[in-house]
Amino acid sequence: MELYLQTLANGISLGSLYALIAIGYTMVYGILRLINFAHADLLMVAGYIAFYGIMVFALPWWFSFLIAIALTALLGVSIEKIAYRPLRNAPRISVLISAIGVSFLLENLGIVAIGARPKSFPRPEELVWNIKLGDISFLSLTVIIPIVTLLLLVAVTYMVNKTKTGTAMRAVSRDFETASLMAVDVNKVVSTTFLVGSSLAAVGGILYSLQYPQIDPLMGVFPGLKCFIAAVMGGIGSIPGAMLGGFILGMGEVFLVAFMPELSGYRDAFAFVILIFILLFKPTGILGENVVEKV
Amino acid sequence: MEGYESHIYLGEVNGGTMFKKKYVTVITLLLVAAFALAGCGGGGGEKKDAAQDAASDVIKIGVYEPLTGTNAAGGEMTVEGIKLANQLFPEVLGKKVELVIVDNKSEKQEAANAVERLVSKDKVNVIIGSYGSSLSMAGGPIAKDAGIPVIGCSPTNPAVTLGNDYYFRVCFIDPFQGTVMANYAFDKLGAKKAAIIQDVQQDYSVGLNNYFEKSFKKLAGEDAIVAKVNYNTGDKDFSSQLTAIKDKKPDVIFAPGNFTESGILVEKARELGITCPILGGDTWESEEFLNRVKNTKDVYFSTHFDSTQPVTEMSKKFKEEYEKAYAGKQVNAFGALGFDSYILALDAMKKANSADPKAIRDALAGTKDFEGATGLITLDTNGDATKTAIIKKVADGNFVYEGKVDPK
Repeated sequence: MELYLQTLANGISLGSLYALIAIGYTMVYGILRLINFAHADLLMVAGYIAFYGIMVFALPWWFSFLIAIALTALLGVSIEKIAYRPLRNAPRISVLISAIGVSFLLENLGIVAIGARPKSFPRPEELVWNIKLGDISFLSLTVIIPIVTLLLLVAVTYMVNKTKTGTAMRAVSRDFETASLMAVDVNKVVSTTFLVGSSLAAVGGILYSLQYPQIDPLMGVFPGLKCFIAAVMGGIGSIPGAMLGGFILGMGEVFLVAFMPELSGYRDAFAFVILIFILLFKPTGILGENVVEKV
Repeated sequence: MEGYESHIYLGEVNGGTMFKKKYVTVITLLLVAAFALAGCGGGGGEKKDAAQDAASDVIKIGVYEPLTGTNAAGGEMTVEGIKLANQLFPEVLGKKVELVIVDNKSEKQEAANAVERLVSKDKVNVIIGSYGSSLSMAGGPIAKDAGIPVIGCSPTNPAVTLGNDYYFRVCFIDPFQGTVMANYAFDKLGAKKAAIIQDVQQDYSVGLNNYFEKSFKKLAGEDAIVAKVNYNTGDKDFSSQLTAIKDKKPDVIFAPGNFTESGILVEKARELGITCPILGGDTWESEEFLNRVKNTKDVYFSTHFDSTQPVTEMSKKFKEEYEKAYAGKQVNAFGALGFDSYILALDAMKKANSADPKAIRDALAGTKDFEGATGLITLDTNGDATKTAIIKKVADGNFVYEGKVDPK
């Protein structure tokens, strides 16, 4: 029972981190039909900004986190403006390659400018402490991460479904040209999407750095890949799908390792195996819509 | 419109001239390639001559170590030791010794490339490296084929020197290290049940665990290993592995691995309320690891050297000079092993009275009671050092000497 509860707590915390990051992928895909590979590296950027804010500029942690989120969001929007927008009418594959290029650029800039040696991320005492419930012991983060994720998910869902910007987003994701004919400012909508997606990536990156407090320039690569899988699994383009995919993946991984320890070396392979199975039976993902490609 | 035009253009040319054009291009490319190759060959020949000329006044020692990537800190400490030795003993056989240091990026493929570069481009007389058993195993066969002897500073997996007459090392090996820790857990810590955590991608981690498991089972019975879980290099989330182990209530956990992952792992274990002693190997002796586990108790590991317990005159000298050269840094085992590798290489050249790689190899193979900073080094038939192991623990935010174990 104790093992079960502890594992459940671990799973919820990992799953909600995945969900948070997966939403960024899914939102951008929904609007631009682009897999934004640079999304993963925004986690790293946010982690480092927060790190330098606290360690070098000696800012209070909450202020440093806010700055990290703001700057990362700004970076996300600029990446779209510089690397994706000029290619909007180019074949989709060119934009994809551009995204991979941006991702490599960020990673290698990190290696050159900061160095590849991992740095220890500071954990503010007000935010991270140990909780003991009987025999179960866990970090406060195990509770904080799902709560933050849940709040952000509610906020994003509300924005997309109930606000004017959200309506515009949905319109643009349905049909780019028609939406622009209806006087929707497409560029603004795309920028907003990147702003929201990158902010979520920043929050995800900070929470990730707090949870696994060692940051390096390549730290975004694996979580990024996993969250991309989560987004595809849930049905890429669908926000509830990304959340569901994130939770399934996080829970699945943690339970696999906890209950079949001899298979623990295969935890990363596990994510890909579920992905293949889900795509075999439901190519659009669990909550993906069956949209017929326009010819 | 532009795209359309370019299509038409391609179509027309494809009909006739394009074919010829392609032909010409291919031939031109072939010619260029041929010239380039010839150029390379010629260049190579010249370089060789140059190297031989240079060989008269310079002896080159190649160093391949991880200076970036997950093992960067280990590589850096080792290179510091090598450079220090080079400053103290810059000459041998009346010639200047030049270090050629190459980063193997903590990757096996890069390690192979680095050795290839040292033997074919830089034409070194002897090689030192590398931190990390997997990296050394990747580099070993290439040096062997080229007939250049290698002195390993800290690769402890037996397979590094096995079947390779050109690979030697100044450190003890995994069977010894794993056995020492098993004995320590059973005798000194009174452990009856042990759990094992291993990094399946690191030969070092898997090797140490195998020998620990064997020895511990012999001491405490066949069922004494209550759990064995795996992770991969680069993992950061160990909560589920540790939860599974916590459920089995072991008396001790053996978890050797890279200091990066191990640091997070040990910290996480304490967060999850696992209070039993956690044991590891020599890789744990690094600032990175210490910074993570500073506030924890009952963390033990085996290592090669302790600055508070100098065993030879050379240990004292190393300690003094290291503190002078690298003020503010902790005198550590990897620096000492790098230091020893360098002075052993020089000693072999002196004994052979030659810088010829083959002669150096033969001299190295006969090493007996060589006085290094880490103790007296005797190389056995495999090229492995038989030495004393030191056990340290984490206490009051520092690594503290706990005891030593002599080889049988």
